[in-house]
Parts: sequence; C-alpha cells; structure tokens
Amino acid sequence: MKALRNYLDKIKPNFERGGKFEKLHSTFEAFETFLFVPNTVTRQGAHIRDAMDMKRTMSIVVIALLPALLFGMFNVGLQHFRAIGDIAPTTSYDFGLIWHCFWFGFLKVLPIIVVSYVVGLGIEFLFAQLRGHEVNEGFLVTGLLIPLVMPVDIPLWMVAVATAFAVVFGKEVFGGTGMNIFNPALLARAFVFFAYTPYISGEKVWVAGLTKGEGIIDSFSGATPLADAANALANGATTIDWSNSSTPIDWFLGTIPGAIGETSTLAILIGAAILLYTGVASWRIMLSVVIGGLGIGLVYNAIGANVLMTMPAWYHLLVGGFAFGTVYMATDPVTGAQTNTGKCIYGLLIGAMAVTIRVLNPGYPEGMMLAILLMNALAPLIDHYVVEANVRRRNKRLKLTVK
Amino acid sequence: MSNMEKEPFFSAKNLRVFSLPLLRNNPVTVQILGICSALAVTAKLKPAIVMALSVTVVTAMSNLIISLLRKTIPDRIRIIVQLVVVAALVIIVDQVLKAYVYDVSKQLSVFVGLIITNCIIMGRLEAFALGNRPWPAFLDGIGNGLGYGLILVTLGFFRELLGNGSLLGYKIIPDSWYIANGGFYSNNGLMLLPPMALIGVGIIIWIANSRKKKA
Repeated sequence: MKALRNYLDKIKPNFERGGKFEKLHSTFEAFETFLFVPNTVTRQGAHIRDAMDMKRTMSIVVIALLPALLFGMFNVGLQHFRAIGDIAPTTSYDFGLIWHCFWFGFLKVLPIIVVSYVVGLGIEFLFAQLRGHEVNEGFLVTGLLIPLVMPVDIPLWMVAVATAFAVVFGKEVFGGTGMNIFNPALLARAFVFFAYTPYISGEKVWVAGLTKGEGIIDSFSGATPLADAANALANGATTIDWSNSSTPIDWFLGTIPGAIGETSTLAILIGAAILLYTGVASWRIMLSVVIGGLGIGLVYNAIGANVLMTMPAWYHLLVGGFAFGTVYMATDPVTGAQTNTGKCIYGLLIGAMAVTIRVLNPGYPEGMMLAILLMNALAPLIDHYVVEANVRRRNKRLKLTVK
Repeated sequence: MSNMEKEPFFSAKNLRVFSLPLLRNNPVTVQILGICSALAVTAKLKPAIVMALSVTVVTAMSNLIISLLRKTIPDRIRIIVQLVVVAALVIIVDQVLKAYVYDVSKQLSVFVGLIITNCIIMGRLEAFALGNRPWPAFLDGIGNGLGYGLILVTLGFFRELLGNGSLLGYKIIPDSWYIANGGFYSNNGLMLLPPMALIGVGIIIWIANSRKKKA
C-alpha cells in the first residue's frame, strides 16, 4: 500500500496544472481517490465529517447487489441445464451441482458485465476529460445494475448500445451523476425494450441457449411467470397456466427464468437488509412501493374482471422485476423524491402504477420499469408540492401566533 | 457556404439572406420552429425529402407573393391575407403530390395540409417578406425551406437507415447480417418511434451549439 501511495505521489506532478499529462488530470484523480481516501477536507463553516462519501455509498450498493448477482449467475446455469434436460426439476442440490450451474452462469454473465462497465466508464471518462470534471462514481452501481436487468441471451452489442444511450442521454446531457432525471440503468433497459423488443421479451431470451434452440427438451418453457400471466390475459383465459408448473416458492427463491438479477426475491431481500441496515436506501420508499402494489392489487382482486385481477395480490410482489425495482431502482436517491412525505407518495404511486400496467395491459408485462421511469419524471413535482404545503402550514401557524 | 455563381443578382447581401438560415440561423435548430412535422414525417427518408421540398416551395412562393403585395396589404388584415396565400399554395402543392407521388402523399397525409400552420412560414412572412423586396424575400424563403429540409433529411436518413436498414426503400444492410439469418444485427425499433426523432433533433442542436461556441 505504501509503495503504491509513494508511486502515486511521484507521478502526481505530471497531472497537475502545467504538468506533462495535464489533460488526463481527471482520470488520475479518479484512480487516486478510488485507491485512497482523499486527504482534502473542508476548512470553513460547520460540517459534519463522515466517512460516508459518495464512493462508500456506491460501494455499499454494489455489495448489496452481490446476492442478487451471485444467485443470478447460479440461476442462469440452472435454467440452462434444466432446459437441455441435464437437471430434472426434482433433483436435489449438492455442492457440485451448484458449482456446475454457477460456473456456467458466471461465464455467461461476465461478458455482459464487462461490456457494460467498459462502455459506460469509457464514456464517463471521455466526458470528464472533455469537460475537465472529476470522474463520477455513479456508474459503478449503474454498470452492475444494467447486466442484472438484461436477459442472459441478449447480444453483447445491444448491451453496449443501450449502455451508451443511457449514459449519454440519461446522465451526461443533464450534467452527469446527481443531475439525471431518470435512472440510467432503467433507461438502458427501456432503450432495449423499445429498440430491440424481440430480444428482451417473449419466452426464449431469458434462458441461456434457448434462442438457438439446440437440445431443448419439449417439456421446458422459458416463459417467466409474468409472461405466463400476460399470455393468459391476452388469450382471455380464466386460469393462468404456470410454465414448468412453478409455484410461489420457486418465485420467492428465484429458480425461474427471468432477467439475470431479478428472479430471486430472497436474494433481493438480503440486499434490501444491507441497504436498510447501512441507511443507504430509504425504507419509506421500499415500504410504500410494497404497500402501493399490494393495495391496488387487492382493489383489483375485489373487481376481478380479468384473469390477472383474480390472481392473488401478493403474487405481484414475487414475479417479474417488482422486488428488484423496489429495492434497487425506486430507492435511487438522485431520481427519487427527496422529502419524506414525497418519498411515501412516490413509492405508493410506483407500486400502484406497476401493478396497474401489469393487470390492464398484456402488451407490457413488465410494468415496474415503466412505472419507475414515469415516477422519476414526476418526483420533482411531488417534492415541489410537499414543500409548498409545508410553507403554507407554517405560514398559517405564524399568523395564529401573531394574532 | 453557397457555391452559386456570382451574378449581379447574387450580391453578397442576398447570398447572406439565403445562406444564413441553412446553418447559422437554422429555423429548426436555432429557432426551434417546425418541430412537430420534423417528428412526424421523418421515419423514412422519402417522405422527409418530399416534405422538405414542399415546405421550400411554399415558403419561397408565399414570401415572394407577400413581398410583392406588401405595399397594398392593409396592416390590420395582413394575417388573413397571408393565410389565404399560404393556404392556396399548400392546396396546389397537395394536389401536385397527389398527382405525381401518390404513395408519399398518402404517407404524409395530414401533414401536407398542416404546412399552413408551420411556424416557419408565418414567421418568415411576418419577419422578412413584409419588409423586404421580392427577390431577397424569395431567397430567404428558399434558404429557410432548405434549412428546415436539411434537418428533415438528416433525421430521415438516420431513422430509416438505423430503424429499417434501408434508404429510400432500398435495402442497405445485407440480409445475411440479421440475427434471424444467422448474423448479429437487428434494426433499432426505437428509431421509428416519434421520441427518437425528438432525441435526434436534440443531438443535432447539441452538435450545432457546441460548434457555435467554438467558432
């Protein structure tokens, strides 16, 4: 460590103003602060000194994402081997089998992560250099979120294009990390969803190797539970035919086809626990999204006009990206509401909107993405009215005391 | 900027009137006018070109006519007179399109009629034709129409190429590239949706502004 510090100190003058590599200053700065806590402190005014700077916050979110990522890798392997008939749904798990699945999934998922990071960080560095800014840490999380919301069989160049679009039009045009209106990872997914629809929807893309269709056994279907439900809705069926006869237990554990990181509610709950324990994510948002989704689900249960309305409301929390979106996407501190009351309204509306889109529109089975993006746009408005209401209340109180 | 031959008609001042709206004072990217039709007709290149030409003809002719009439039009009813002139020209253009390029005319549908409400035209009539002689007014109309057309054609070019893999209906991207045929490529469906046209206009404005800052 000491040798590294000494080396950095030695080459540092080259990157300062007037040095040889002056233009690469922000790149150097990014690496230096990534490796060591910066020694610059505020000197004026009253400040609370805390170790929680943006880099640490982001690291904690990355750690919280690990359970979903690791389980996602395992599940990619599991679904693949189930699809080709190597593993029967009844096989019990032992260490060798888990490792076998995990290693297969690791090799499938790693390229997607690498592409997302290389493209995203490349653009971040480029913009930082051009504008003479510091490189922002925000992409550390976004770069991991993007692979987790993609299907495993997606062509890598689509990931690259979507990442580039999300970073440039989601973040850089607004001025970089902290200034963005929309969650960049969701924007990447929305881009793929609207631009390359066949590669992020349907029944084939969620399981590795299923698009090519080699050696797939007949009894296996790659449809996600949410797609099963949407199909039933589109066909006007009265009962939902869950493919591979999956049950809510499977949905909770996550041994179902789906986007890489979104399937396991259990792994996501572990991540949620980390985020809540460290205080990085807002419990108000998480709780109110769940309440919003459940509440509107119960209302639809009471109406019961189509097959998705009669589906138990709590199913919605387990299938699709609801849990993932609630824990990792809706709680994004930049794009979400800032005031406490605002957070509750924001969360309730996300949950309600997501379930509403699912229930009423079979064309967009994944309502969570669209719900969060829509509410991202409305979050500043919510905050504005919360603040206004507060001002009015205090004004009234003031008048009362004056009288 | 313009490569026209030097005739007495094309004095430096007149050339400036013509060339300014092409890039430096482009009606779409600088004045943000005519965005609505820029979004609507640029999913393919051919309608974009036809629309660009139609608007150029209408701006040029209406500028010319209004400029000729500028001393006789009573100030208080000038908008009505302008509307009558523009509407007549638009109907002529519409009929010509229906007669010679019927398929494109069907694609453009209501947007040909809506040239009447295109802000660029009324803007040029009010801002230029009413106060200038016919020849500069005509050049100004052509310049603004082409400036608008430039953006339309650029948008149409990229939207059709990336969204459909073709240009003017001819396949540009080889069939064997597509995933369905064992390749790796896929068309970008978002390009054909209106939001992407808006983002496209945004990109063009972005590029234009950053170049202007440097100059």
